[in-house]
Amino acid sequence: MTETTKRIRVEMLARVEGEGGLEVDIADGAVQSVRLSIFEPPRLFEAFLRGRAAAEAPDIAARICGICPVAYQMSAAHAIEAAYGVQPVPEVRALRRLLYCGEYIESHALHMVMLHAPDFLGYEDGIAMAAAHGELVKRALAAKKAGNALMRVLAGREIHPINVRLGGFYRLPGRAELLALQPDLARARDDSVAILRWAAAFEFPDIERDWELVALRHPTEYPLNEGRIASTGGIDIAADAFETVFEERHIAHSNALHAVVRDRGAYLTGPLARYALNFDRLPAHIQALAREVGLGPVCRNPYRSILVRAIETVFVCEEAMRLIATYRPPQAAPPAVVPRAGTGAWATEAPRGLLWHRYEIDSDGTILSARIVPPTAQNQPAIEADLLDIARRRIDAPDDVLQLACEAAVRNHDPCISCATHFLRLTVNRR
Amino acid sequence: MARPRLAVLKFASCDGCQLSLLDCEDELLAVAGAVEIANFPEASRSILPGPYDIALVEGSITTEHDAARIREIRDESLLLVAIGACATAGGIQALRNFAEVGEMVRAVYARPDFISTLATSTPVAAHVKVDYELRGCPIDKGQLLELISALLAGRRPVLPAHSVCVECKLAGRVCVMVAHGTPCLGPVTHAGCGALCPGYHRGCYGCFGPAETTNTASLAAQWQALGASGRDIKRAFRTFNAAAEPFRREAEAHD
Repeated sequence: MTETTKRIRVEMLARVEGEGGLEVDIADGAVQSVRLSIFEPPRLFEAFLRGRAAAEAPDIAARICGICPVAYQMSAAHAIEAAYGVQPVPEVRALRRLLYCGEYIESHALHMVMLHAPDFLGYEDGIAMAAAHGELVKRALAAKKAGNALMRVLAGREIHPINVRLGGFYRLPGRAELLALQPDLARARDDSVAILRWAAAFEFPDIERDWELVALRHPTEYPLNEGRIASTGGIDIAADAFETVFEERHIAHSNALHAVVRDRGAYLTGPLARYALNFDRLPAHIQALAREVGLGPVCRNPYRSILVRAIETVFVCEEAMRLIATYRPPQAAPPAVVPRAGTGAWATEAPRGLLWHRYEIDSDGTILSARIVPPTAQNQPAIEADLLDIARRRIDAPDDVLQLACEAAVRNHDPCISCATHFLRLTVNRR
Repeated sequence: MARPRLAVLKFASCDGCQLSLLDCEDELLAVAGAVEIANFPEASRSILPGPYDIALVEGSITTEHDAARIREIRDESLLLVAIGACATAGGIQALRNFAEVGEMVRAVYARPDFISTLATSTPVAAHVKVDYELRGCPIDKGQLLELISALLAGRRPVLPAHSVCVECKLAGRVCVMVAHGTPCLGPVTHAGCGALCPGYHRGCYGCFGPAETTNTASLAAQWQALGASGRDIKRAFRTFNAAAEPFRREAEAHD
């Protein structure tokens, strides 16, 4: 190391799910490259799903991620049902959307206040932030609890729910037990509006990104479980065409695979993409709430993703209340789920982005091959591009300031590294 | 008196067990007041060096680096608690122990040469002395709070080692195996979940691993009588606690 060289190293990126680090190479006063290294150990899900019963896949795939197990259960169940030609009954469809609402409330509330907000207010964590912002932290925890309670009633527990099966649920809830959740969901809705207004006063760096935004698009709904894969670059495909448009590349510094749009490169999935492509699917009063805090129909500033998550949280609280109010237990017996040989693919919207699954299944219901493309693997090239720009803007800052700026740039995206490993350490090398 | 220093650390896992602590919405701020959260990367960027009074360790050991790291954590921790099926039994990723890991890596990654991983996924206790274990995939929040309260009070935590069957009877549930003919792992599975699955008309699928004393062969015979195939039985025992000895042995008997 000479005078023009310096090295900063952050071994463990905090307040993200899973283990990873950052590496920034700086030579002669210029940032050369930035990379997100994922050292979360490989767990090899796609390999050991081979030979398992397709009926086991929702429970096994859930174990990829303790933060968004419902996303894994949903993508797996839908993909296998697609292979079998099974269509869930409307009541099951509504309950699955309801379960997903619970996971959004829990995951977004945790990220907004405990993981993301401390970066804007200069705290090490949400607990330290509670000393000065106790009321907001308590309201976020209460909202999170309401989401978890919904998951518990509907599916047994909030982490690795036990009630999801191919075709539907092991036990369908009664109306009374769902209706009992309504008061807490109404409070969680108000708490989410309070979080939105509180976060709207944060100082946001003035940054706009020109990424291609990729999300589901549904004819009538804000997408969770269903829709075609659409993008701001004109992509409009069914889930089974995913591999013709997107490819995964394996990069040396990472235990995760990077996904790119063929011939175009990095893209972004997650709240910013979902919101931009589906603003018109939000009820008018929620659109008005977004405008009130300065959000247009498209938000390309990753820092402002906290506002978009808050808007989504308000929406899913209301959506959950609507689904509960209109729920009637199904009268007809669920359709028989009979294995048949074939391939099924499906994408759902995990809280942090598009989650695509494909299963090839034998005639006796045995999985022959499985492919899972999690949101963070898709977002990793865009996150790295973001990091590169942030590091260049802050290159003259002291190392600890540069490090915090880089960490915050990653946390903007709520990466789930456990998922991507199938996916961090900050190292700044100044030469 | 100084507050006990708590570390919450992760190896190969899904983050779900440490999330259980953040999921204690009503108790989180109280716990954070009773202990000094010294090293909990999932929740805080303030990472303080050891020694720690209590280390909660999630995840299994699957790399050389992690095998060395768990020894360092043991050296700097007064009490080491393994939390969850990955840390106590190797987790779902221990399915590699029954296959050829190189072939599995080639099946998932385009460049297997970029990947460094061990042939087996092993529990924490296979590497260092463990003071307490919390079972489950994921752990139960109530058991986690009981463990933390007990350790803070200087008493032994109350963590029953009987079977899910006992919890099911205590909850007054109808036996899904006797009444509905649904195969259930409840008779051989460690308590902790409160017999969740039978309450949802589903057979237990073994998240908490083997109970203290088990007769897996007898249960397997009962499953066969209900029409389960050898392959079904093998799959049931070889899932989230595949490498736990009684489950490993029973699965092998149906190879």
